[in-house]
Amino acid sequence: MLSKSQAKVFFLGGTIVTFAIFLGLSWNSLSNEVPKRTHEENLTPQVIAGKHIWEKNNCMGCHTILGEGAYYAPELTKVYERRGEAYIKAALMSKTPWAPRGRQMVAYALSEQEANDVVAFLKWIGNVDLNGFPPKPDLKK
Amino acid sequence: MKYKSQKVAYWFFALSMLLLSLQIIYGFIMAFAHMGYDVLHQITPFNTARAVHTNLLVVWLLSGFMGAAYYIIPEEAEHELVSVKLAYIQLITLAIVGVVAIVGYHFNYWEGRKFLEIPRPLDWLVVVNVLTFLGIILMTLFKGKKRTTTSLVLTMGLVFAALLYLPGMIWFDNQTMDSFFRWWVVHLWVEGVWELIMGGILAFLLIKITGVDREVIEKWLYVIVGLTFISGILGTGHHYYYIGVGKAWLIIGGIFSALEPLAFLGMALFAIAMYRKGEKKHPNKIALSWTLGTAIVSFVGAGFLGLAHTLPGVNMYTHGTLVTAMHGHLAFWGAYGMIVLAFISYSLPNLTGRKYYDTITGLLAFWLSNIGMIGMTVAFGVAGVAQVYLERKVGLEFGEVQKEIQVHFVVLAICATFFTTGIVCYIYEFVKYGTPNDEALETIKN
Repeated sequence: MLSKSQAKVFFLGGTIVTFAIFLGLSWNSLSNEVPKRTHEENLTPQVIAGKHIWEKNNCMGCHTILGEGAYYAPELTKVYERRGEAYIKAALMSKTPWAPRGRQMVAYALSEQEANDVVAFLKWIGNVDLNGFPPKPDLKK
Repeated sequence: MKYKSQKVAYWFFALSMLLLSLQIIYGFIMAFAHMGYDVLHQITPFNTARAVHTNLLVVWLLSGFMGAAYYIIPEEAEHELVSVKLAYIQLITLAIVGVVAIVGYHFNYWEGRKFLEIPRPLDWLVVVNVLTFLGIILMTLFKGKKRTTTSLVLTMGLVFAALLYLPGMIWFDNQTMDSFFRWWVVHLWVEGVWELIMGGILAFLLIKITGVDREVIEKWLYVIVGLTFISGILGTGHHYYYIGVGKAWLIIGGIFSALEPLAFLGMALFAIAMYRKGEKKHPNKIALSWTLGTAIVSFVGAGFLGLAHTLPGVNMYTHGTLVTAMHGHLAFWGAYGMIVLAFISYSLPNLTGRKYYDTITGLLAFWLSNIGMIGMTVAFGVAGVAQVYLERKVGLEFGEVQKEIQVHFVVLAICATFFTTGIVCYIYEFVKYGTPNDEALETIKN
């Protein structure tokens, strides 16, 4: 039967081995995959400014992006492709809560410049290779 | 209680109770918003309520873990805490940082990264706070007579939890990188080092409650935390399927995260086996219920419901939907909420010298909160599956789908009312126990 010291070796050994593999895989992803898949060359100062505005207002507190965030408002990874620039800017710049189907968004009343930054961020993220996410609705007629 | 300094644990538990109550209020705000009654939109829009709800959860659990550590370490190391004064300072600063963060969320003062919303200057205060806490724990262990496996596993969990907070403080321009390292904090906390903390607390409770030999319990503790790390570290891959990294993670994440329930299954079987094996019948039945409860509900919530949507083919559809909220609620409740409540139930009689072991209110607290939370999980699950089907399969607009599933949030709110009643009973008991006192020293063995 397993002894306590064998159990300890199982714990320490298992942890060290899996953590080493995890670090190796992470290093590979970050150095080889992310630059290509996210088109890092397109990360302009405007895109980065858009990301700042996105975070400063906790957009993830209602929406998801890359499928991460809250489930109160639509997933926005592909919103640029789905709605286009004008629609997005209207929602961001609106001085009264944007509420297309009754559910209210905070009225951020962003400036034209800020709205353009956020649009640039959303346009950039829409081109990231996400292994097929979000899925195409296959029962849609 | 055997050591005077253990009393400090009580105040951490009191802070936990306060923050848990607030967390529930913000949960209701969100449930009503989902039903279409977003009446507090001007003061507490959804993103505020959401950030407050999840951050309060993290802080009340951490406060509970810290309290448990301040209780367990002196007893295991056979040494008073090295500084009670510092422990109180640490408690007060923890409360202040928490309150400032939560008030800040109402005024757009945050970082806007899911679960890590605390703004950067406050992050540094958290770091100082946690270092103080770890300093007290480590110095006590160092000066103590004994270093038991239980105390080492618990301490290791706490030290790693502190270290893993740091990757979340690095700034990235690339959202994919941001997300990648955010999971080093969030996933490796809840599906890694927090399980060490849970395992350590559980082992301590089982040693005290069942009277089974420490060597046996600690051997299985190693096996369980071993399974946790072997599955959980590479299981991080299940957050990397669709965020802009390669396909290798689909395979690695799929295989290892599917193994994650094993650790929780191990925890459940372990608790039940030790309970059966134990010859000692500890009079604190409420603590026993919570201890066995946490082992079983964590397997269902964290293990089984996690497995339900962890495979890449399923997760492609459920990723970023209410299905995640289903799993999240029962997982956090079972694994971490219940272990903190188990520990509080165990330690209160020892801290205060009052033996309310078997009260109706205590029993009601256990059953109502669990039945309520299971009902909430089912409501989230039904809403989530309907959302997945209508939105991701049929292709209806998000807003249209949300209208269709509103009714499930009525069910959710009803179940949440049961849950809240349970928690009210729990807090009533907590208050009834009164504050810790020196007369309780050694009045109760174990």
